[in-house]
Amino acid sequence: MQQRGKRLSGAVQQAVFVGPALIFFSLIVLVPFLMSFYYSLTDWNGVTTRVVWAGLDNFKRILLEDSEFRNAFWFTTRYTIAAVLLANAVGFTLALLLTQPLKSKNVLRTIFFLPNVIAGLLLGFIWSFIFVKGFAAVGEWTGIGFFNLPWLGTASTAFWGMVIVSVWQMAGYMMVIYIAAMMNMPRELIEAAKIDGAGRWQMLKSIILPLVMPAFTVCLFLTLSWSFKVFDLNLSLTKGGPFGSTESVALNIYKEAFQNNRHGLGTAKSLIFFLVVATVTTVQVIYTKRKEVEV
Amino acid sequence: MMEQTQRYNARLLAMEIAAVLLALLFLVPFWFVVVNSLKSFGDLMRNAAGWPEAFSWVNYAKVWEIMRFPRAFMNSLLITVLGNAGLIVISAMAAYRILRRPTVFNRVLFVLFIAAMVIPFQSIMIPLVKVASEVGLMDSRFGLIVCYLGFGVSLNLFLYHGFMKSISLEIEEAAVVDGCTPYGVFWKIVFPLLKPMTITILLLNSLWIWNDFLLPLLVLHSADIRTIPLQTYSFFGQYTKQWDLALAGLVLGVAPMVAFFLMMQKHIIAGISAGAVKG
Repeated sequence: MQQRGKRLSGAVQQAVFVGPALIFFSLIVLVPFLMSFYYSLTDWNGVTTRVVWAGLDNFKRILLEDSEFRNAFWFTTRYTIAAVLLANAVGFTLALLLTQPLKSKNVLRTIFFLPNVIAGLLLGFIWSFIFVKGFAAVGEWTGIGFFNLPWLGTASTAFWGMVIVSVWQMAGYMMVIYIAAMMNMPRELIEAAKIDGAGRWQMLKSIILPLVMPAFTVCLFLTLSWSFKVFDLNLSLTKGGPFGSTESVALNIYKEAFQNNRHGLGTAKSLIFFLVVATVTTVQVIYTKRKEVEV
Repeated sequence: MMEQTQRYNARLLAMEIAAVLLALLFLVPFWFVVVNSLKSFGDLMRNAAGWPEAFSWVNYAKVWEIMRFPRAFMNSLLITVLGNAGLIVISAMAAYRILRRPTVFNRVLFVLFIAAMVIPFQSIMIPLVKVASEVGLMDSRFGLIVCYLGFGVSLNLFLYHGFMKSISLEIEEAAVVDGCTPYGVFWKIVFPLLKPMTITILLLNSLWIWNDFLLPLLVLHSADIRTIPLQTYSFFGQYTKQWDLALAGLVLGVAPMVAFFLMMQKHIIAGISAGAVKG
């Protein structure tokens, strides 16, 4: 009797502690995700209840015919490479600079981090004003050609516009993570290297870089997945234009599903997107983890 | 790291100047937006780079009304606060049970929660809209909060789980001997010990929920319940060419989060570092 009571109260506890998390997670993440496997094989339009089985038609269409999706993928890949490399380079440099005993370092850390607390959507609007009006005004004032370019008007400048804003936003976040890693470096190692007469460049290459490798794993992961999934900034800065040249995959999926009402096709695209994002980030984490050293 | 061993010299001064200049460059976009939001439309069109001819505060008064800013602010606040509260309760409790009772079921569950973090939001959103309308979550702030509970629980649970490993079992065992129920042990003993992680999670969630755009765009439709990013989006759609109003709207939209950050910056930056190290 007592045994049974104990088992029962154990089951109740399990339900009370884990139940709510499991219910919300299943309802919002798990079930929709599993459903998307089914819907990707149909021609569902999201409005009517009529759902017709389409087999692999959606995937065939995406891979063979949908040049917009291919362009979106190509744009997103190029944008991700540029944004990830530059954001980490700038963030790392800022971290090196702001771990020096500068008088203003605390204020500067705050300033560099600031863009991260603002919604990507609002940042895109802010920068659309800068590119359209601000740059033009500065160009008129200084006569420097760089500012007089039609920034959001051509494919290549709009691409760099996206990259500039992303780097401006993400660099401060990466800086914070790199700084944390640099502050955690064992003092003795730094001192020993100094006594051995290591130059600044040697210090950076042989001591600092290997020691902050775990931070690289995290920073590359974050910038990769943020850049690959870019949506808000894309929508508010370029709307994918001019002529779809800067349309990200996320924006393309959104438009396919909610503007063209092709939910079946949209879910098929979103599954391909999932596969690519999951593969790329997993490979990156495994690869950089292998490069980490034990201290 | 090298802070105490180096004296302030010419090299550091040069670095300091370079860093300050870079920081000013980072701030220029904000400066542009704030200064121009105070100009009349004609002034803004004639000289976007200069100081205002006259400060035109009327932009803000107009936008405050058109955007119904207090309303959008309260919507954002309500959703962020309740989303946070719910997430902290459900993920702390689940993480505790999973860590203390590592049954096969619980271990599989944990892997499932963590694995789901690699799924991009866009790969869930289309069927989610269908599920949400089936169970009556659409076009309601409450429904949006439920969505946040589902999407946030993975990361929150993961962070709590990692942090709890460092809490010793002895205190809990002593409490059990004293006749404390499992619920009492958790809420009176364990939960207070989680405070540093709770603060980190609170700040990470707040940045995420307050600034989120795509999920509210899909779930909320009525004008009355729009959050700040949604309201800014629809406002911008209507006043594209009217930069004087659009910029004032932007400044209003950005202000709450900047104020929050400046107040909490120490905790936020510490939380980012801690969250990243654990993640």
